[in-house]
Amino acid sequence: VICKLCPLSPPPAKYGGRHTVTLIPGDGIGPELLNHVREVFRFTCVPVDFEVVNVNSALETDDDMNNAITAIRRNGVALKGNIETKHTLPASVKSRNNVLRTSLDLYANVMHCQSLPGVQTRHKNIDIMIIRENTEGEYSSLEHESVSGVVESLKIITRNNSLRIADYAFKLARERGRRRVTAVHKANIMKLGDGLFLQCCREVASGYPEITFDSMIVDNTTMQLVSKPQQFDVMVMPNLYGNVVSNVCAGLVGGPGLVPGANYGHVYAVFETATRNTGKSIAEKNIANPTAMLLASCLMLDHLKLNDYASVIRNAVLTTMNETRLHTADLGGQGTTLEVVQSVMRVIQILRRIRMHVADLPS
Amino acid sequence: MAGKAWRSAIVNLLTKLGLSINGKEKLKPQELSRVVGAAKNETPQSRTFIRGIQTVTLIPGDGIGPEISNAVMKIFEAAKAPIRWEERNVTAIRGPGGKWMIPPDAKESMDKNKIGLKGPLKTPIAAGHPSMNLLLRKTFDLYANVRPCVSIEGYQTPYTDVNLVTIRENTEGEYSGIEHVIVDGVVQSIKLITEQASKRIAEYAFEYARNNQRASVTAVHKANIMRMSDGLFLRKCREAAEKYKDVKFTEMYLDTVCLNMVQDPTQFDVLVMPNLYGDILSDLCAGLIGGLGVTPSGNIGANGVAIFESVHGTAPDIAGKDLANPTALLLSAVMMLRHMGLHGHAKKIETACFDTIRDRKVLTKDLGGNSKCSEFTEAICQRMKDMD
Repeated sequence: VICKLCPLSPPPAKYGGRHTVTLIPGDGIGPELLNHVREVFRFTCVPVDFEVVNVNSALETDDDMNNAITAIRRNGVALKGNIETKHTLPASVKSRNNVLRTSLDLYANVMHCQSLPGVQTRHKNIDIMIIRENTEGEYSSLEHESVSGVVESLKIITRNNSLRIADYAFKLARERGRRRVTAVHKANIMKLGDGLFLQCCREVASGYPEITFDSMIVDNTTMQLVSKPQQFDVMVMPNLYGNVVSNVCAGLVGGPGLVPGANYGHVYAVFETATRNTGKSIAEKNIANPTAMLLASCLMLDHLKLNDYASVIRNAVLTTMNETRLHTADLGGQGTTLEVVQSVMRVIQILRRIRMHVADLPS
Repeated sequence: MAGKAWRSAIVNLLTKLGLSINGKEKLKPQELSRVVGAAKNETPQSRTFIRGIQTVTLIPGDGIGPEISNAVMKIFEAAKAPIRWEERNVTAIRGPGGKWMIPPDAKESMDKNKIGLKGPLKTPIAAGHPSMNLLLRKTFDLYANVRPCVSIEGYQTPYTDVNLVTIRENTEGEYSGIEHVIVDGVVQSIKLITEQASKRIAEYAFEYARNNQRASVTAVHKANIMRMSDGLFLRKCREAAEKYKDVKFTEMYLDTVCLNMVQDPTQFDVLVMPNLYGDILSDLCAGLIGGLGVTPSGNIGANGVAIFESVHGTAPDIAGKDLANPTALLLSAVMMLRHMGLHGHAKKIETACFDTIRDRKVLTKDLGGNSKCSEFTEAICQRMKDMD
């Protein structure tokens, strides 16, 4: 419980003391969860205004996406739900989430998987940071049909991007006091591509002597993750393996409803749930787990240097998860989304009262 | 000729030629008619139907390979399985024209027998030739890698009740080996998906599901990102699904499969996918049941060739010390028996193996026990003798 003695006044921000953040509701459970985030922010008097930009995934034109990207360029920060990709559409209609990441050069996808005491899982004491290259690799969307019936898909690995992501990983590891970085690859088969990635990681590792660096082949990594996930500390990897490993880790700590994700570039940052699920089948049924989205909004507040607000909301969410054991269906509970959000707001109220009470005490 | 006389005439003829049907002398009329009918129609009959003993090529491999192969041979003998082993070595040799190939006697043996059992092979680092597994794959066009993952009672993992099969396309995809340095610092790897290979693997998956009484097949893909390549793979799976209406077909994104697999693996049945996803997922599933030391694997090729193998390493540190665990190779051999239609023997050996592990009295070190490989083998053989 935080008991800082500074009052909840907003820090100086660019426009009248308040930050503006782009909000992309997306599809499926995105809109309802982001509405809950706004509710919680309003209740907590967070000095953030949301500029809502809707992207209609049914349309084949790019106008919506261009508007969204322009808005994010303007505001610098965004919070988004997942935009559905209809994979029956022709290849010219690219995944909108991917377009957003590459246009804004959000090169690092960071996910912190931690076992939560209130959630029953098969494995305990997991604490893994996953840093995934977010713009190239297998997600380059460069495909062509050279001969009828033969499709080639290109996986691009560049030295610059590999160095960049390795650098990010080691810097983050150093900042957070982590001891070991593991590079995940398949360089025994993709000798040039993943070989280059691995080489870049080694180069960067030499500049961080206090951090142990090792590497592991991706199939062995998944095997180790399901048997002994406690051995991993920080992991860095190219795009596709990052997809696999982050989903495995999210599953290990309790599921897609719990883990927030962040996409960082040099200039922009976009926050969302870590496993990027649209959740079409559970949309508008009041059963989705709001934890991941609320924690993602806390990551955003940390990024905006509104750390106090971030702590309050985060503590409230974790208290609801661990102490009250109010769980939604994905965790085997009976709670609704609304109940969880209301519980979060109740805890925030209590924390605020404690703080005001402490502030009133004679020093 | 009247029925009975005709039947005994055929049986006498076969006996004269040194052949028998299933090793029996007295036959049911249906059995004989089927054989004769098949011979007339030239339908390829299961080889064991005509000859009593089936010959199988055995490749012991390196490291612990020879000892676990011996263990399997001993167990098969105790089970009285109608298998004759033909041992061959597959160290690569340089053929005419400088191309690396497997020794001709090994190739000849496999082409004749069609069925093979392989132990672990050493991966050469500086030998100048590609890995042996790759060579075998190319030589026999082993297009499907099948890995059934079933939880083993007695070998506890955090996951119980796992019962799924991963079928992985084994010839193309991300492992095409085509890479270029475009400019200094930019590398491109090519993932190849062809209509032909996708069709072949999809049809094999459904055929497997049907033959093994599996209820559903799930295609694993990332067509949201790799629209054309995985899209083509998906289309072929959908087309194959049309032909096998008795098997349920679903599609799932790779990330969703990974997410759900570690939370609840019981929801999956048969999974079919391209090469890379298959590599990762099959190892993930092996991890769920206890690792590569207990996971069987089979490779199906064109022209009826099938090579069953253990997928663990050669373990050079324990080679020759009688400490190895033959379970993976044994279960692969059981898979082989099922493939050949010898379900009775397969069941017997599998039950003996699982019972021994469940008993937890005689286990090798990696399974948590203290016994030697020979003791473990002996325990299984004894169990089978007791079953008779």
